Amino acid sequence: MNSASSYLDQFFFLALPYVALFTFFFVTIERYRNRKFTYSSLSSQFLENQQHFWGLVPFHYGILVVITGHIVAFFVPREILWWNSKPLRLYILEGTALVFAILAAVGLIAAIVRRANVSKMRKVTSPVDWVLFALLLIQVLLGIEVAVRYPWGSSWFATSLSPYLWSVVRLSPDLSYVTPLPLTVKLHIINAFLLILMFPFTRLVHILVIPNPYLWRKPQVVRWYRRPVKA
Amino acid sequence: MNVRSQISMVFHLDKCIGCHTCSIACKNIWTDRKGAEYMWWNNVETKPGTGFPTAWEDQEKYNGGWVVDDGELKLRSTSKAKTVFNMFHHPNMPTMDDYYEPWTYDYQHLFNAPEGPDQPTAVPISMVTGELINIKSGPNWDDDLGGSPVYAENDPNLDGLTDEQRQQLFAVERLVLFYFPRICNHCLNPSCVASCPSGALYKRGEDGIVLLDQNRCRAWRACVAACPYKKTFFNWSTGKSEKCILCYPRLETGQAPACFHSCVGRIRYLGVLLYDASRIEEVAKSPVEDLVEAQRSIILDPNDPAVIAAARANGIHDSVIESAQRSPVYKFVKEWKIALPPHIEFRTLPMLFYVPPMAPVMAGKENGTVKNISEDLFHDIEEARVPMRFLANLLGGGNEGKVRYALRKQKAVRWYRRALTVGDVTDAQAAEMLAQADCTPEEAEAIYRLTSLCTFDDRFVIPPMHREEAIEMMEDPLEHKQNTGFGFLTGPRRGL
Ligand code: HEM
Ligand code: SF4
Ligand code: SF4
Repeated sequence: MNSASSYLDQFFFLALPYVALFTFFFVTIERYRNRKFTYSSLSSQFLENQQHFWGLVPFHYGILVVITGHIVAFFVPREILWWNSKPLRLYILEGTALVFAILAAVGLIAAIVRRANVSKMRKVTSPVDWVLFALLLIQVLLGIEVAVRYPWGSSWFATSLSPYLWSVVRLSPDLSYVTPLPLTVKLHIINAFLLILMFPFTRLVHILVIPNPYLWRKPQVVRWYRRPVKA
Repeated sequence: MNVRSQISMVFHLDKCIGCHTCSIACKNIWTDRKGAEYMWWNNVETKPGTGFPTAWEDQEKYNGGWVVDDGELKLRSTSKAKTVFNMFHHPNMPTMDDYYEPWTYDYQHLFNAPEGPDQPTAVPISMVTGELINIKSGPNWDDDLGGSPVYAENDPNLDGLTDEQRQQLFAVERLVLFYFPRICNHCLNPSCVASCPSGALYKRGEDGIVLLDQNRCRAWRACVAACPYKKTFFNWSTGKSEKCILCYPRLETGQAPACFHSCVGRIRYLGVLLYDASRIEEVAKSPVEDLVEAQRSIILDPNDPAVIAAARANGIHDSVIESAQRSPVYKFVKEWKIALPPHIEFRTLPMLFYVPPMAPVMAGKENGTVKNISEDLFHDIEEARVPMRFLANLLGGGNEGKVRYALRKQKAVRWYRRALTVGDVTDAQAAEMLAQADCTPEEAEAIYRLTSLCTFDDRFVIPPMHREEAIEMMEDPLEHKQNTGFGFLTGPRRGL
């Protein structure tokens, strides 16, 4: 391995992850505390409601399933390997993942087309939105390419990526897991860290404020300045 | 009994002249901002007509408000389970097309146009895109078009009217109309609050004003879909929903809300009602025909010693109880029963009540000519040109009896006053009218005074809001010395 590529590996798999993670935590918290008003999904359904459905719905269902898959593989790699030990189960897992990834890609492309074509939509699309769309599209397409060209990702994610990510989390990064990986996979990882880096500067913060208490709270909300003194 | 106080309102429709001053007062103070141009927290509609947004009353189209299903109150637009799926794309979200695309004119062109053979014009440009637009509708596009086939004939309240009744509305030169000013009703069972996944909407405990926390709204837009009156609006620029705040900063300093203050017809009344919060759900579930009565029954008598004791026990200040005792709204709604809630069948329990209009039109059409059908100036209300059924759909939850009662009483008051001042009606006739309308001379006199001779202080009985105590409870008042206001004071900058 020549030194230039090892230098690049150091930059992308050692420096970038830490810069990205630090920025992610620091800026999301700072933004939440000082600029809470800017936490919003910035819905655009009010301005365009037909193409909206065909873009936003498939994209979200797709991306949520795929991301959940990644998170599960990160936390319980052993269980994934166990599941994949039967070929049928492996095919089911890989097939599902691919279907949802394609769903995400189709939805994302529809959303981008909508943003570009409808003049009202262009008005509510910021430059950061375009950067975000580009990163997401690259990420999803790379993911699909990885899935198709290097089977079976669900298994080797558990044996090589999970340990690498854990080594990053444990603050003793071990690059030996990632350096031998094919270029497409490497790009997918690098772009993922770029997304994490950009996260706090985009509308993606809406993912952090999904309102789970709604499912449990009472329908009506009353706020008091003086709590009534019960007799 | 769980006594709470609610700032409530009455609009006297017989007095509204449709001048839109209220709307403009509100617009100038609150919604003259980017993303809010299309919003009219206060708007004035022509009835019959389709209103703003178009056909808002048609819940088959918008799915707002509540329904009773299996004995349970349920939102039409969403539910806890459905919310999970409605998040990404809300199936009941209205779009800007249901309101209108706001525009301005390119006035600069009048100054900058090069010299030419024609006068330069100021063309309309969209306030959303900045591009040239072809204006197709506005917030009061059907203003005064009482008989129009496009608007009036599509009024959702015409449901259930016979052909004959419809003809009655459109008989003479298609001219019957009245105005219907609307603001947020600050409901007791607000569907906007119940639908918000983030809990951004809330009712203020002390005065019942329904507010939308701008820092907590995440643009899930559930409230816009859920409010059957379409009085929460989506700001397309900031990505936050907004609504009428009943000018609470004005109320807290003892001033009437801007739309009330500026009302030219002096149709607006404001005052405190005490109500029993423990009965909200039960009342909201009542059978449709009982809803008006049930809502009245939740409002408590502020002079009843038991109510006063319970109110005090709940921390309601004596000055607020005293204000409730003088409330003009209490008189209209509870004592005289001549003010009615709009579309109570949506089951949000609106706390803005309307005195139905008399529309004393006497003419009918016969063989192509207009002819008087009655010599009495205040003819039989059954023959009024606005059919009882129509008003009942709008203000009585379909219950004609409630509207008839309110109109009869108003008519009796006029006869009573006519006997006193003009004298072409005998005292005996007037007394008979009053008796038939369930009204005493004292009551008639009081209605007359509060309707015709009311001063500012009669119309607006604003309770002290005691916000100073509120701050003391929360933190050291000295900390607020030299501060300006509450909340965050930075400009509302859109998130990225
Ligand atoms: C449970 C989690 C999530 C919820 C509830 C949610 C909800 C929303 C909502 C309400 C919008 C605005 C849609 C509109 O225009 O009306 C939105 C937009 C968006 N979301 Fe999510 N989201 C979630 C997760 C995600 C994830 C995981 C991603 C990507 C990693 C994502 C990326 C986006 C993007 C890029 C947009 C902008 C799309 C556009 O307007 O064209 N979301 N989301
Ligand atoms: S009128 Fe609509 S916005 Fe106002 S409180 Fe009632 S449900 Fe909420
Ligand atoms: S200002 Fe008063 S009279 Fe004029 S339209 Fe508004 S409510 Fe009616």
